[in-house]
Amino acid sequence: MIGLAAAILLLGAGRIAGISGIFAKATKSSETGPLRMLALAFIVSMLAGALVVCVASDGVVATCPASTITLIIGGLIVGFGTRLGSGCTSGHGVCGMSRFSTRSLVATPIFIGSGIVTVDLMNILGITP
Amino acid sequence: MNRQLPVFVLSGLLFGAGLAVSGMADPARVRGFLDLFGQWDPTLIFVMGGALVVMVFAWLLQKKMHHPLLNNRFELPTRTDIDFPLVSGAILFGIGWGIAGLCPGPAVIGLVLVPASAVIFVIAMTAGMFAHRVLMPR
Repeated sequence: MIGLAAAILLLGAGRIAGISGIFAKATKSSETGPLRMLALAFIVSMLAGALVVCVASDGVVATCPASTITLIIGGLIVGFGTRLGSGCTSGHGVCGMSRFSTRSLVATPIFIGSGIVTVDLMNILGITP
Repeated sequence: MNRQLPVFVLSGLLFGAGLAVSGMADPARVRGFLDLFGQWDPTLIFVMGGALVVMVFAWLLQKKMHHPLLNNRFELPTRTDIDFPLVSGAILFGIGWGIAGLCPGPAVIGLVLVPASAVIFVIAMTAGMFAHRVLMPR
């Protein structure tokens, strides 16, 4: 479904389905990207799609970190990092890698690698999120 | 009304639903996927792999099209250089992803699934993006 969603945006509107970029445009944190109205429509539709799944099933499991500090630090770094690196899991990981884009083929192993190192370091140090 | 609106709505609906059914929206599971040297849970590879396979075909189709169905031209990234912001941004993003188990897509639909936690992350993420806009003028 994620692949199909990205394919529809590419072939229908000629755009990369990169959530960090679309979200940044929707929240006025970026000047590039699709028209703000379209970016906002995409984000609202994502929420609606998730809501449909929630209602149709017995709810969706999502175990978030318990600590507010973890959520704040994680959010700040993800927000800044995805803008600096021009993309996240969807833009680089799905759309860019399948296009064999050099930048995405470099960025994706880097962020997966630094994610692995972070989780393992936290486990070694006994830090729970 | 913009003629591309139905495309953004349909794609957004499928993207949000796809994240919700796939397990990508569960931070505990994402951190399990990143726990390569501990109790590794590799199942999310199939989520990314499945999306990649579909998109490889979409790019093949894209090469044969002169323009998208509802746009006059493709508006795609053209850069191919590997620079410091790309590498350092990817490193930072991975650290944040590992800390909380949330990347931007799952964080957004978290507003529906686990609003109390997700809203904190999403506000912080927006602040991080805004900080980039202010601190790194183009």
